[in-house]
Amino acid sequence: MVLDTKRDFIVFDRVEKRFGELVVLKDLSLSIAKGEKVSLIGPSGSGKTTILRILMTLESIQGGHVYIDGEPLWHMRQNDDLVPANEAHLRKMRKQIGMVFQHFNLFPHMTALENISKPPQLSLGVDKASSEKRARELLDMVGLSDKEASYPSQLSGGQKQRIAIARALAMEPKILLFDEVTSALDPELVEDVLNVLRDIGRSTDTTMLLVTHEMSFAHEFSNRVFFFDEGRVIEEGPPDNIFTTPKEERTQAFLKKIIAAGMRID
Amino acid sequence: MNWDWSYAFSLIPRILEGLTITLQATVLATVMAAFVGLVFALGKRSQNRVVRWAFYWVVEFIRRTPVLVQMYFVFFVLPRLGVTLPALVSGVLALGLHTSAYMSEVYRAGIESVPKGQWEAARALNIPPLRLWIDIVLPQALPPMIPAAGNYVMMLFKETALLSTITVLDMMGTARVIGNETYRYFEPITLVGLIYLVISLPAAMSIRFMEEKISRNKKMLR
Ligand SMILES: Nc1ncnc2c1ncn2[C@@H]1O[C@H](COP(=O)(O)OP(=O)(O)OP(=O)(O)O)[C@@H](O)[C@H]1O
Ligand SMILES: [Mg+2]
Repeated sequence: MVLDTKRDFIVFDRVEKRFGELVVLKDLSLSIAKGEKVSLIGPSGSGKTTILRILMTLESIQGGHVYIDGEPLWHMRQNDDLVPANEAHLRKMRKQIGMVFQHFNLFPHMTALENISKPPQLSLGVDKASSEKRARELLDMVGLSDKEASYPSQLSGGQKQRIAIARALAMEPKILLFDEVTSALDPELVEDVLNVLRDIGRSTDTTMLLVTHEMSFAHEFSNRVFFFDEGRVIEEGPPDNIFTTPKEERTQAFLKKIIAAGMRID
Repeated sequence: MNWDWSYAFSLIPRILEGLTITLQATVLATVMAAFVGLVFALGKRSQNRVVRWAFYWVVEFIRRTPVLVQMYFVFFVLPRLGVTLPALVSGVLALGLHTSAYMSEVYRAGIESVPKGQWEAARALNIPPLRLWIDIVLPQALPPMIPAAGNYVMMLFKETALLSTITVLDMMGTARVIGNETYRYFEPITLVGLIYLVISLPAAMSIRFMEEKISRNKKMLR
């Protein structure tokens, strides 16, 4: 297949994902350009998390190919063939990608500062002084400078998630994946985290993929929205189109349900 | 049979000398079990099926045979095969190996107590395997292991008495020699039992104390 490397920064080419007998993604194709802020929405179990986890190399694929910046993710080029990737290839590809999890997954035995400064030391070999300097800048950016010596158990959910975002940023990935990063938070803490996402969106050209149930944030934040159901893209387009004039019946039904549940989509 | 105080007091220096051997053996076998136990635990988690299978059976074999048999094997049989080791070394090897097999289970439980999200975060951050173990997994796996590991060390401390059966002059060995010399076992054996008790009891209590502290911490972290 011919890739236009500008438009096709992230490409899923007829990807199939199975868990045993259960087919979760079937012939999924999509492409995302560099610097795009994309939201993935859809009903529970539609495969949104799975897509992010495939990109983060946490889930392998059973068919098709994924490309990042023209390089196959789960395969390696060998002569003219693509063969399954080995760990070295995955390590190389993973450098470009970062992920923020729904349940933070901070390291409980490290302080907030160490959570952010240690990974670049451990995996990129950055020296302690400069990784800590960078970590302090990031702590400042997420508004938690006063918490650098706190352990995760001493932080609120919203604070933990902002640390987790800073931790992902410290690795300077080209692609950032966010999997429902506010859905484990108390409602009053959600806005702080969304503000940090807005900041990142505005101040960097990092490509961002966001799985979210916060429709109004997806509307405002992203330049493109994918609506998934049963492991397929049902509809995609600019947020105004998807949220105000959805074409597909399934999209309309999904949004209607969301509005009926009392959530805003504008 | 009556207790002879002055005889008992006269034995104390020799028995304390034996105690230093007992403690040495305990420490050496513990250090060995801490390392070899981890190797066993990692071996049983290997990606390679053959390696996994081999480690599984080695550990089973060690656990399902008496430590005394293993000790006799190292001390009496290995020399026939050309490997002659000092008695204390043979004994420590057997005790250490036996404890390693049990420690590997303790490690397994500790490693499995590290939540899946931690492994995934480490993978997402591209942390290489050695650093993953040293900086992420073990610091979280070790603290909850302390009570179980502590209990095995205390068992080991008592089992060092078996060293006396392969001529080592540990505390028990010393008591046996004294008994053979004087035909009076009452005082030396009682003294040795008391010393085991005086050391074991506070150790057991502090392990229980740590156990409670850890479970309280865990609740706080939730
Ligand atoms: N490890 C797994 N083993 C088996 N099935 C799985 C596994 N992970 C996900 N699935 C299944 O794959 C399907 C897609 O799951 P996924 O988590 O990607 O959905 P989602 O769109 O993120 O849903 P939600 O909005 O509830 O988070 C679901 O049917 C789920 O049960
Ligand atoms: Mg999900």
